[in-house]
Amino acid sequence: MSAPLTELTLAKARDGLASGDFTSVELTQAHVEAIERARDLNAFITETPDLALERAAESDARRAKDATAGPMDGLPIAIKDLFCTEGVLTTAGSHILDGFIPPYESTVTATLRAGGAVMMGKANMDEFAMGSSNITSYYGAVKNPRGPKDGKDLVPGGSSGGSAASVAACLSLAATGTDTGGSIRQPASFSGIVGLKPTYGRCSRWGIVAFASSLDQAGPMTRTVHDAAIMLGVMAGHDPKDSTSVPMPVPDFEAALTGDIGGLRVGVPKEYRLDGMADEIDALWRQGIEWLEAAGAETVEVSLPHTQYALATYYIIAPAEASSNLARYDGVRFGLRVPGDTLDDMYKNTRGEGFGAEVRRRVLIGTYVLSAGYYDAYYLKAQKVRALIARDFTRAFENCDVILTPTAPSDAFAIGEKMDDPITMYLNDVFTVPSSLAGLPGISVPAGLSARGLPLGLQLIGRPFDEETVLRTAGALEAAAGFATKP
Amino acid sequence: MSLDIDTVKNIALLARIRVADETLEPLAHELSAIIGWVEQLAEVDTDGVAPMTSVTETIPDLREDVVNDGDRPDAVLANAPDGVDAFYTVPKVVE
Repeated sequence: MSAPLTELTLAKARDGLASGDFTSVELTQAHVEAIERARDLNAFITETPDLALERAAESDARRAKDATAGPMDGLPIAIKDLFCTEGVLTTAGSHILDGFIPPYESTVTATLRAGGAVMMGKANMDEFAMGSSNITSYYGAVKNPRGPKDGKDLVPGGSSGGSAASVAACLSLAATGTDTGGSIRQPASFSGIVGLKPTYGRCSRWGIVAFASSLDQAGPMTRTVHDAAIMLGVMAGHDPKDSTSVPMPVPDFEAALTGDIGGLRVGVPKEYRLDGMADEIDALWRQGIEWLEAAGAETVEVSLPHTQYALATYYIIAPAEASSNLARYDGVRFGLRVPGDTLDDMYKNTRGEGFGAEVRRRVLIGTYVLSAGYYDAYYLKAQKVRALIARDFTRAFENCDVILTPTAPSDAFAIGEKMDDPITMYLNDVFTVPSSLAGLPGISVPAGLSARGLPLGLQLIGRPFDEETVLRTAGALEAAAGFATKP
Repeated sequence: MSLDIDTVKNIALLARIRVADETLEPLAHELSAIIGWVEQLAEVDTDGVAPMTSVTETIPDLREDVVNDGDRPDAVLANAPDGVDAFYTVPKVVE
């Protein structure tokens, strides 16, 4: 064996298991040890080594009987702590879910589990997935394995920061993430990995702690595009328990990776060339265009005229939905309870103590924009602008097959930076929020390094339910970039 | 539009979140900045635009109107911070 087991891709580990080069227990044990060595990163809220080794042994037993459960059988992965996992603490990165042990399993993790994937633990994240830095977690910040830089520890991005750090530091072969406004793609860009947000409705949201229900979507975080295709194939599918999951067949995503993008029309949205955009981001974007053209694609300029309003739209709609979703944390049914003399006092004490500053801020904003007298001016207006943003994409896709943009406006920043003003932090998602509002699939592919030597991603956005074109183009981009996933 | 302290108190009450008195002012300042920023949407012409309430165009199937789960009080109450027998408990709400 040349490379350590932890540095394999999902695809190579699958082949290694199939040809008997190693067992799932050996592969899992290597990851258990890697996680122990890397505790300083704080990538996991809960480690589940015993459960992992038990499931790995079951996987090996299935394989011995020639009865493997699917393409991910025996492969160690991390699960973002937003997915409810049966019998395993699930916190959403929040104090208010103290001690919550779900008696059920989310549909996505149930499908992964039934397919034999081995859960190594529950990955750290921004509280209730609200953040772009993993700094808002009640369980502390996660360190980007690419850091420190200039003497400072870096954020891995967020909200799926623990998942990204786990994959980048080879603590798991892959991880689940969730993305509401960029929470898979931005940390993938910061951490030098691949992150795919599928079309809204591609994966079931059942059993995932809800943030903004019209936006939330689960997806894979991996070290290669091929691995994203493998993992999405397991995660995707209709679920009767989530009426917004779409009853469409799941394509063979691996088969879409032909490497051939000849004649593909790649849209380059002119409105994404922001004033004051960093030169290195612009340069990487141009490089991406050249790479895709060299691979046979044709680039066309497209227009998404309402882009500049996407963040403001998002920061009305997402908090509004969050204020409604988070009403369930009442100190009565699960999690933290802080006593009070009256029922209202108990609610207020529990929620005042249980929610961190960013969550409180968003619940209050959401409550305000939904309150009597303001609903039309804020919430209804945002829903209308959202319709225009979605229409922009529909029109752009009349002239192109996939859209290429940067993933994030910068490389990873230091822990503690961008904390003075919430809006500065919100700007991290300027390139990812518009496609989230439109429900479109998007992927971040590591494409280069900043002047400081930190990873930068490029984003590809596709038509609804056309993850195949997104993945195929991402594969071509990955091949051209030749990005070394290992720091 | 700037949110004054009374408005913040009111939305904190609506959201049932205890906010310490000394944090009301900085909070009002923060929330005002965010609300001021999102108000840029006012300049977008949305006349005749229908609000987007869902990104999924397909109409969800209706399932059979039958009981398909339940009768598991232990599982339901397993995480209650102060459950008693088959009940959740709350501070007394009736005199």
